[in-house]
Amino acid sequence: MATESTENQAVDQVVDATVSTAAPAATAVQEKPAAAKAKTGKLSAQELIRAFEAEQLKDELPDIYVGDTVKVGVRIREGNKERVQPYEGVVIAKRHGGLNETITVRRIFQGIGVERVFMLHSPQVASVNVERRGKVRRAKLFYLRDRVGKATRVKQRFDR
Amino acid sequence: MSIGILGKKLGMSQFFNDEGKSIPVTLIEAGPCRITQLKSTSTDGYNAVQLGFGDIREKLVNKPAKGHLAKSGDEALRHLKEYRVDSVDGLELGGSISVTAFEPGQKVDVSGDTMGRGFSGLQKRHGFSRGPMTHGSKNHREPGSIGAGTTPGRVYPGKRMAGRYGGKQITTRGLVILKVDVERNLLVVKGSVPGKPGALLNIRPANRVGAKAGN
Repeated sequence: MATESTENQAVDQVVDATVSTAAPAATAVQEKPAAAKAKTGKLSAQELIRAFEAEQLKDELPDIYVGDTVKVGVRIREGNKERVQPYEGVVIAKRHGGLNETITVRRIFQGIGVERVFMLHSPQVASVNVERRGKVRRAKLFYLRDRVGKATRVKQRFDR
Repeated sequence: MSIGILGKKLGMSQFFNDEGKSIPVTLIEAGPCRITQLKSTSTDGYNAVQLGFGDIREKLVNKPAKGHLAKSGDEALRHLKEYRVDSVDGLELGGSISVTAFEPGQKVDVSGDTMGRGFSGLQKRHGFSRGPMTHGSKNHREPGSIGAGTTPGRVYPGKRMAGRYGGKQITTRGLVILKVDVERNLLVVKGSVPGKPGALLNIRPANRVGAKAGN
């Protein structure tokens, strides 16, 4: 929860910064680009990269925790037709942050364990819905790989 | 022969393309570059455009450079770079070149200084393999033999040895531009470019061997 909120704040700040500097910079360019721009305070390299990534970030993603059961809508293109295929399973790992954030979703399909890694902000991921909140005591649930049947169940929690 | 643009490497990021694939990209803050001098066959013996880029404090520019920049109405620019062109028609002294000169999908060559690695050994500099680290071996990262014996009695020129590595200009060729942000003067290029963030880069339309001039 904490990391999610700080990330959102960071994105907000970047958006504010671009708005405030865009107007004076635009007028300055017309008069004298080189000299005037130095005084109006350009965006730093980090801010420019953050702004570039902020454009690609999805803003309506739900809070996803390790242990949750999620239903991911995956865009699939067959010829010219595009459709959304659902994939449901337990989130056993979250990696990275920001634009590069991924979740690993594990499910048992026809008796065989399948794990798929989704880049949350990718356009290929059409939707992510949390079906069930899980109560776990690990950040990575790789121990589920060694378990079969009833032992793979994750306890449900109701406070999220 | 065509005009390029000078820019600053900002760093790398990623970009989702139309298929939703994540592509590694480099962000370059390019231009706007001022046209500080036009050279023509009649006065200089060849046609060229000189571009200026980068802010600098005025006191760091010496008088001769200030005099040169004054001709185009500029005060202080950090970098000057010349591009040979077929003709300087349509270009104006004091005008500017911005990222609008490039378009998405275009291929470019990007030149710049590579990261300096200082005095480096053979493994890093030339990709030699190292000796065993254990089992009594003392030949860890040594160069080994550098030649034969009494004949020829010397080391051949060009023998790869340890020394300064990096900090040299190289060109990464044929990079595809994925996005042009005119408002922020950004070029988004697929792949990596030389140098660290902040490095000066020279971006120009790709020069393919065998291609006709102007293509």
